[in-house]
Amino acid sequence: MRKVRMTLSILTMTLVTLTAMSCKDGKKDGETTPMSNEMHQDEGHNHEGSEKMMTNNSGNNATNAIIDNYLQIKNALVADDQEAAAKAGGSLFGDFKNFDKSSYSSEEKQELTDIIEDAKEHAEHISESPIEHQREHFDILSKDVIDMIAITGTDMKLYQDFCPMYNDNKGAQWLSATKEIKNPYFGSKMMKCGEIQKEIN
Amino acid sequence: MRIIKIIVLILLVAFVAIQFIPASRNISDTVPKTDFMEVNKVPATIQNKLQVSCYDCHSNNTDYPWYNKIQPAAWFLEDHIKEGKDELNFNEWGDYSARRKNSKLRSIISQIEDDKMPLDSYTIIHRDARLSETNQKEIIKYMNLLKNSL
Repeated sequence: MRKVRMTLSILTMTLVTLTAMSCKDGKKDGETTPMSNEMHQDEGHNHEGSEKMMTNNSGNNATNAIIDNYLQIKNALVADDQEAAAKAGGSLFGDFKNFDKSSYSSEEKQELTDIIEDAKEHAEHISESPIEHQREHFDILSKDVIDMIAITGTDMKLYQDFCPMYNDNKGAQWLSATKEIKNPYFGSKMMKCGEIQKEIN
Repeated sequence: MRIIKIIVLILLVAFVAIQFIPASRNISDTVPKTDFMEVNKVPATIQNKLQVSCYDCHSNNTDYPWYNKIQPAAWFLEDHIKEGKDELNFNEWGDYSARRKNSKLRSIISQIEDDKMPLDSYTIIHRDARLSETNQKEIIKYMNLLKNSL
């Protein structure tokens, strides 16, 4: 009888391990599904836009969609709002993915490909990270978006701001649609830190 | 009592059955020209540390532990490796643009600084993959140098 019990308990342990593992797997699936759903929704959203504007994926409209979502991330980080930043990060990922480079020269295309490859990753990370990581990725993303605008141009009025303290005093740039300095890297801790480097348009 | 026996039997059969589902393996015996170590002049100590602590999940060749043969543990591993390679593949370093190299280096530095990498769930079994504080400092210093030379 003791032997039977021993075998039984060993088997139960195997069972528990198995169930635990399959549970974890299931959970992971559950986590990824809403994400991809969200992305599909975003794509759907973009399609709606393209129907209205016909050329949503190219030229100024595509750039403006990117800038819009970028600014939403920026505003969320200014407000120390991780959730809103994550949501805008997801949308921005979709914008980059759908960006149509066909109207640019081959040199510009290459540059844009590099920028978008990089920026997509940062947008994705922003959509799933805690706020301090979001800010790190936002720093590099800002550089990407600034470089992108240098190629694509935009009709939006933007301010290129600089915070000298972020990233161990190496400094970090960001774009804003308003003149007033509102720091996305420190949020409420140091709202006014920074200066305008350049005005775009 | 009989029901328990039946359940156990079913589970046992299931456990055996899943062992026969073919699993993909992350194994490659060639090191491409684009590998991090080929592209950069990496000091031997850092090379060794990166191989042991990072390459299992961040390259095309995993030095598999014994339990990779047993399902469902093997699926878990494959999942982790796929995710790791998507994020950063040292074998493909030479193919990354300067912009991406810069991003990757920054992430490598920040992940190591924050003790996020290598993952705890990995080092709990791979004790030799743990990075001491000295290891961390050395790697961070080297990655910073590399970043500034881009």
